[in-house]
Amino acid sequence: MSQPRHNTMLSLSRTTSNTPSPAEKHHQHHPSQQIQSAPLSSPSPGLRVPSNRKTIYDRHLNRSRNSELSRASFAFLFGEMVTYAQRRVTGIQDLEKRLNEQGYPLGLRLLDLLFYRTISSSTSSALSSSSSTSASPPNRPLRILPLLHLIHGPLWRLLFGRAADALEHSVSPETPNEYMITDNDPMVNTYISVPREMSMLNCAAFVAGIIEGVCDGCGFETKVTAHNQPTELWPGRTIFLLRFGDSVMEREKVLERAGVK
Amino acid sequence: MSYYFTILSPTDAPLFNIAFGTSKSGGDGIARFRFPDTAQYMNQFIIHSSLDIVEEAQWMNGNMYLKHIDTYPPAAAFISAFLAPSGARFLLLHQPPQLPTAGSAAAASTGVGAAAGSGSVSGSSGASSLLGSSFAATASSSRTSSSSIAANPTSPQTEEAVRQFMNEVYENYVKTVMSPFYRQGMEIRSPVFRTRVTAAGKKWL
Repeated sequence: MSQPRHNTMLSLSRTTSNTPSPAEKHHQHHPSQQIQSAPLSSPSPGLRVPSNRKTIYDRHLNRSRNSELSRASFAFLFGEMVTYAQRRVTGIQDLEKRLNEQGYPLGLRLLDLLFYRTISSSTSSALSSSSSTSASPPNRPLRILPLLHLIHGPLWRLLFGRAADALEHSVSPETPNEYMITDNDPMVNTYISVPREMSMLNCAAFVAGIIEGVCDGCGFETKVTAHNQPTELWPGRTIFLLRFGDSVMEREKVLERAGVK
Repeated sequence: MSYYFTILSPTDAPLFNIAFGTSKSGGDGIARFRFPDTAQYMNQFIIHSSLDIVEEAQWMNGNMYLKHIDTYPPAAAFISAFLAPSGARFLLLHQPPQLPTAGSAAAASTGVGAAAGSGSVSGSSGASSLLGSSFAATASSSRTSSSSIAANPTSPQTEEAVRQFMNEVYENYVKTVMSPFYRQGMEIRSPVFRTRVTAAGKKWL
């Protein structure tokens, strides 16, 4: 069916080229123009737009805000990620480092998304209730404590639909830069069974990577690790240990003196 | 008013930049900076020099939009900053047009006065002739008007317009960042993003 149509097109073009007219000029120029002006042509060369003409820029970022992800498919995907990370590693630490690296870029993205969603929801609620206080966009965390609250509350709710279970500061005077966030039952570990010989492993290292990305994005140099700390009630209890770098602690002192909250 | 907008990564690498002019009050959306076309690097130079102030201000003020933070009087360039939470910096340089009749608008006249003063102080004939030529160019195009946004770069209306512009760009930036094919620190090459930023500029500035 396409063959005859092609033939008619060919004959059409032949007839136009036989007649000396402005149309012919245009026709002759057309192929060369396409090659030469490819980088200039509208709107983009080589950019392939979906058939419904919707790029990622046409989709609303709050579209999937309240939609829930299938836990089964997440568990499957996460299991595959762990398997993938495990394929080329030498030990448990290496494996956790790889999981951490997988989570890190996610943290950077979630940070931007989180703030965008808070802005857009606060302005929309301000439009309905017309209160000026709720319209102010959220502040970037400048000190450690607001950052930890951001992770403990909004970030955890964005990821897991609930806040984290505890937020603690190290009691040891030697390590004032250590903070702990506790999750009694991390969602990522629900369907992960760790073999006995790898009992040190905690696959929530992935979440630790996300936290590290968030901290780094905010300008807080941090090392985050995930540790098992089972209790009788919560066998899967995990502690995320955040170790802030020296530069952060120094700045913290300066900001405290300056009265920045 | 002419604008130069740039996005800088947390490590100061430029990710995106665009120059455009105002579309409000009869503007045609074409940037007319006070430098000749061969000296467009001046915009980048001025905008990057404001980074020191941005980095100082970002720890004192938790807002994402830092408002007008820096002025470069010799070029009458005003710089507004917006910080994405993940560390990207959005910087907008705006330069009000030089009005044909000096002293019609207070902000513009002070800008011109400061420019002339610094030119004489530095004593470089190149700078003064550069200013003179651009003055003639803007004076010949009598499109300049004294609307609130164009004439007063530090007025509340301008701050609000820039804030709206920044928020719209931020929305599109988040969309870019959420793409699984984008890594932090990559140049934003999407033509769709560029058209979106242009549209935001048309809408607000």
